[in-house]
Amino acid sequence: MGPILEIENVSLQFGGVKALDNVSYHIEKGEIFSLIGPNGAGKTSMLNCISGLYQPTGGSIRYKGQEIINMKPYNRTTLGIARAFQNIALFAHMSVLDNLKLGRHTLMKSGALSGGLYIGKSSNEEIEHRKKVEEVIEFLELQDIRHTPVGTLPYGLQKRVEVGRALALGPELILLDEPMAGMNSTEKDLMARFILDMHEVMEITVVLIEHDLGIVMNLSDHIAVLDFGKRIGFGTPEEIQKNPDVIKAYIGEETFI
Amino acid sequence: MRECGNYKTTYRDDMKLFGTTGAKIKAIIIILTILALPLFASSYWVGLLTLCAIASVGAIGLNILTGLTGQISIGVGAFLGVGGYTSAILTSTAGISFWVALPIAGIVTALIGGLFGIPSLRLKGLYLAIATLAAQVIILFVISRWDGLTGGTAGMVLSRPTIGQFSLSSNTGYYYLCVIILLLTVLYATNLIRSRTGRAFLAVRDRDIAAQIMGINLFKYKVMAFAISSFFVGIAGALLAHYTMIVSPELYSFHVSIEYLAMILIGGLGSIFGSILGAVFITLLPVGLSSLIDVMAGIMPDLYQLFSAFKDFVFGAVIILFLIFEPGGLAHIWLNIKKYFRLWPFSY
Ligand SMILES: Nc1ncnc2c1ncn2[C@@H]1O[C@H](COP(=O)(O)OP(=O)(O)OP(=O)(O)O)[C@@H](O)[C@H]1O
Ligand SMILES: [Mg+2]
Repeated sequence: MGPILEIENVSLQFGGVKALDNVSYHIEKGEIFSLIGPNGAGKTSMLNCISGLYQPTGGSIRYKGQEIINMKPYNRTTLGIARAFQNIALFAHMSVLDNLKLGRHTLMKSGALSGGLYIGKSSNEEIEHRKKVEEVIEFLELQDIRHTPVGTLPYGLQKRVEVGRALALGPELILLDEPMAGMNSTEKDLMARFILDMHEVMEITVVLIEHDLGIVMNLSDHIAVLDFGKRIGFGTPEEIQKNPDVIKAYIGEETFI
Repeated sequence: MRECGNYKTTYRDDMKLFGTTGAKIKAIIIILTILALPLFASSYWVGLLTLCAIASVGAIGLNILTGLTGQISIGVGAFLGVGGYTSAILTSTAGISFWVALPIAGIVTALIGGLFGIPSLRLKGLYLAIATLAAQVIILFVISRWDGLTGGTAGMVLSRPTIGQFSLSSNTGYYYLCVIILLLTVLYATNLIRSRTGRAFLAVRDRDIAAQIMGINLFKYKVMAFAISSFFVGIAGALLAHYTMIVSPELYSFHVSIEYLAMILIGGLGSIFGSILGAVFITLLPVGLSSLIDVMAGIMPDLYQLFSAFKDFVFGAVIILFLIFEPGGLAHIWLNIKKYFRLWPFSY
């Protein structure tokens, strides 16, 4: 199907720290792609470069063939790139519904004038998008808490709402930064099922960061491995498991299979 | 009664402003009370209530910026001045009708407010506060030096508007005008909060990084918040100018900016109802204190000087006490009272 995202020689530096060092890989359209590596390897930094929060010191990032490296973050959202944060970045005072509606901000049109009058177009638009948001609510099984302020929800549910807000955009590419972190195995299985459904039913390209290598090996079509900002492996799960550099980087980590 | 049996079957029902019959009746009662007040109150009180309504419009404006969008401004005083002077110049100098001048005053203030909002992209918190203070200083400087247009330090004289043959020069007539504009402001702001724009404002306030990932252009929304907020401050400024029938630079000092900040802090940040409570409180506080002082001075005439000095002290102390003990403001206190009575008499 051809790559949806091409990362080429991306570097990122913080003072003396090379967070990313000449990293290249590409992500095929429609696949589940995982980004793994030890703590501080540069995985989140990589996503920040893709979503435009960090400006790489060099390299190229192409989305569907288009160079986006100098594009503002909010314009990348318009292209259909959604993101769920590692540290939950929900709007705590707002309901689940409003958080998800914010995920559709770029798809809605009403401005300050029609919004303040709330008649005709603006209120019809709210209803139309409410329907789309309800689809996500149903998909992630959030029906019972749609009106609950997000800040009062338990951690696991907040993680799910975080994913839901990204899904609400109806993205082509979704960046999931450790969506299962801190979950028990039942919750992890549920999230894994959601990710598979996104991939199979919604046909979204998924970029997943996850420390549980069992899950990563099971879900992924391709994997890139980062260590100290360097790409030390890139390939299918089988290739990654045989890669000597990857095995060396993970020595001492029992989770590695 | 209110809580049970209230099932919403369509998304449209779920979104209604006055979803229950109870809410509708309550809104009607409140509006009728406001409209009937002049029948019972003296002209002096009607005047005070008019000032409360005008301050409420301005406070709601400021709350859209500071409470909703999280951008502090201490230039409200000057923006009131922009509204007041725009209307003064348009009506008194250019002879344009008040009804045309009023919206233009809002729009001009919105443009100038948006302009002074531009630094908000780079500056946050205290730094932004100082930048808006600069707006206050610059605008007042222009107003007091541009004699040809503004009459300099002497100021300008305005008149009350008329509708056809009917003059709004009586306090009661003007009260109705201000109250209707306040109601429209409340309606607009309430709708704005639950619209796409309102959600974006809250997102900018709470998490600007996540807001960008939602596709929100921070710069656009911050400048927009400054402009919308200033529009209402400008309208309030024009209403005030036609009420007092005079504009002059000292009416729009830094002190006024602080009073408006106090209104939204005491009333409740981000709350429309709180803006009104705060505006009423800050408008009536000096009046209340004055009468108290008069009573006290009647008992102890020698201490009149001391009591007068006490007024500013009480004003400051009230603000500090609110910040410490009730950060949610009067709106939060009101909610607690309501909660108490909802379960009453089983309120434990
Ligand atoms: N804004 C920043 N300023 C300075 N250093 C940063 C910044 N963001 C990341 N770094 C550094 O870049 C390196 C990579 O961090 P990053 O958060 O990308 O790691 P990670 O792979 O996501 O780790 P984890 O698995 O713990 O989430 C770390 O050394 C980190 O300290
Ligand atoms: Mg990380």
